[in-house]
Amino acid sequence: MSESCDWSPSASLRALRLRAETLSRIRGFFASRAILEVETPLLSRYGTTDPHIDSLQVSSAYDQQQRYLHTSPEFAMKRLLASGSGSIYQVCKVFRDAEIGRRHNPEFSLLEWYRPGFDQVALMAEVDELVRELLATHMELGETLTLRYDAAFQRYLEVDPLVTPVPELASLVSGHGIEIEMECGEEQRDDWLDLLISQLIEPQLPKQQPVFISHFPASQASLARLDPTDSRFAHRFELYLGGMELANGFHELTDASEQAARFQAERERRRDEGKWDIPEDRHLLAAMQHGLPDCAGVALGLDRVLMLALGSDDINDVIAFPFERS
Amino acid sequence: MASYSTNDFKRGLKIMLDNDPCSIIENEFVKPGKGQAFSRVKIRNLKTGRVIERTFKSGEKVDAADVTDVDMQYLYNDGEAWHFMNPTSFEQVAADEAAVSDAKLWIKEQDECVVTLWNGNPISVTPPNHAILAVAETDPGVRGDTASGATKPATLESGAVVQVPLFIDVGDVLKVDTRSGEYISRAKE
Repeated sequence: MSESCDWSPSASLRALRLRAETLSRIRGFFASRAILEVETPLLSRYGTTDPHIDSLQVSSAYDQQQRYLHTSPEFAMKRLLASGSGSIYQVCKVFRDAEIGRRHNPEFSLLEWYRPGFDQVALMAEVDELVRELLATHMELGETLTLRYDAAFQRYLEVDPLVTPVPELASLVSGHGIEIEMECGEEQRDDWLDLLISQLIEPQLPKQQPVFISHFPASQASLARLDPTDSRFAHRFELYLGGMELANGFHELTDASEQAARFQAERERRRDEGKWDIPEDRHLLAAMQHGLPDCAGVALGLDRVLMLALGSDDINDVIAFPFERS
Repeated sequence: MASYSTNDFKRGLKIMLDNDPCSIIENEFVKPGKGQAFSRVKIRNLKTGRVIERTFKSGEKVDAADVTDVDMQYLYNDGEAWHFMNPTSFEQVAADEAAVSDAKLWIKEQDECVVTLWNGNPISVTPPNHAILAVAETDPGVRGDTASGATKPATLESGAVVQVPLFIDVGDVLKVDTRSGEYISRAKE
């Protein structure tokens, strides 16, 4: 056998124990709130149309149908909500093709939960409570900070994400020593904003305080409803801690026709970018037509929570067998 | 021409950038959960040796650079170019001063070097890590002084100047480290 065969885990036994403890704490947290643990298929007939997320495809000898490893349990969990499940949570592996790096593994652990009757503010408070509980013995956490997306850009970069001309956003990037060739049209605004928030804002956020960024631009609404008082923004939030993005949540869109239109727009964008087409999830659309209760939902990256607990900056430290050793 | 996507980016991959052949030193994948992914890459320009940083939108394609490292024997310098031969194919290449750069201070005829070829043309030369070279010029040796630790400059037959112990004399053959430019020992030759 070759000596370079890396059979051993990349995570320490301590990290593996911490993972087990964390899972048990999570189950305790949700049990005490009478939130139901559920399981949904990892292998699904429909994938995500999100132009920035690629599903892994699997074909079955049973019916020669192409199926997709889910990139999030969101669609199936919403079908449970529409069927009257009430509050639910799930801990599962999700798969995102070609996402690999110090903070990314193509197969990673997600905790996702949904709360009927909650809005983004109520859900942010619950996320804060859980994260504090999970990190209590590992990190000294300061006061939680909530910042609107536009306020964060104003505070850290002194620009308005919706108004500042795209070429100015681009020169801000190069002014910070990041050299990139990317078009500067209005169509690329979100790409530049993604680069700014991940490379220039994220590193400036307080490391020891949970920071919620709320009210993302409508163009980045994803599956969140738009702000009824200002449709330029969506009721979408993200949690940052230790300079890392930990969670993404929505006050969920419940309007089936709006959802169908967003799926369609995403498919068109995929086509424009030369990515393969992927059919929209008809099960989800049918469930939404039946009626998705008013609810808020969030997904939390468990591997990153473990990285914070261990003070690690490499996701391989918390996963027994990362992609390259799988 | 062959091309690579950012998904292929790995340490050592040879790509074209700003019309020069480059080698990837480090690639960092960054991505907001719901947003556009990018690769932040550290790259060495193989012609100048300079290290630069570049960011690419994920999925972007860059041209591959046809770059190979070949073990070659240094033959001679004709005053303008340095000539090398592949000892298996007997094929010869001529490297100009820019390609040979500092390596010229360390090589003598018949030394085995690594010649980096881009589209078949030499763009850089790496001398052997350890070179055996005679002293061409230095102050007279101080006999018996093998322990004081004091040094003096010595010019080697190839042109490099190294710090050597005081007992070294003109004509002594030395083993030197070409990476650090340091004297290692006297060589038996």
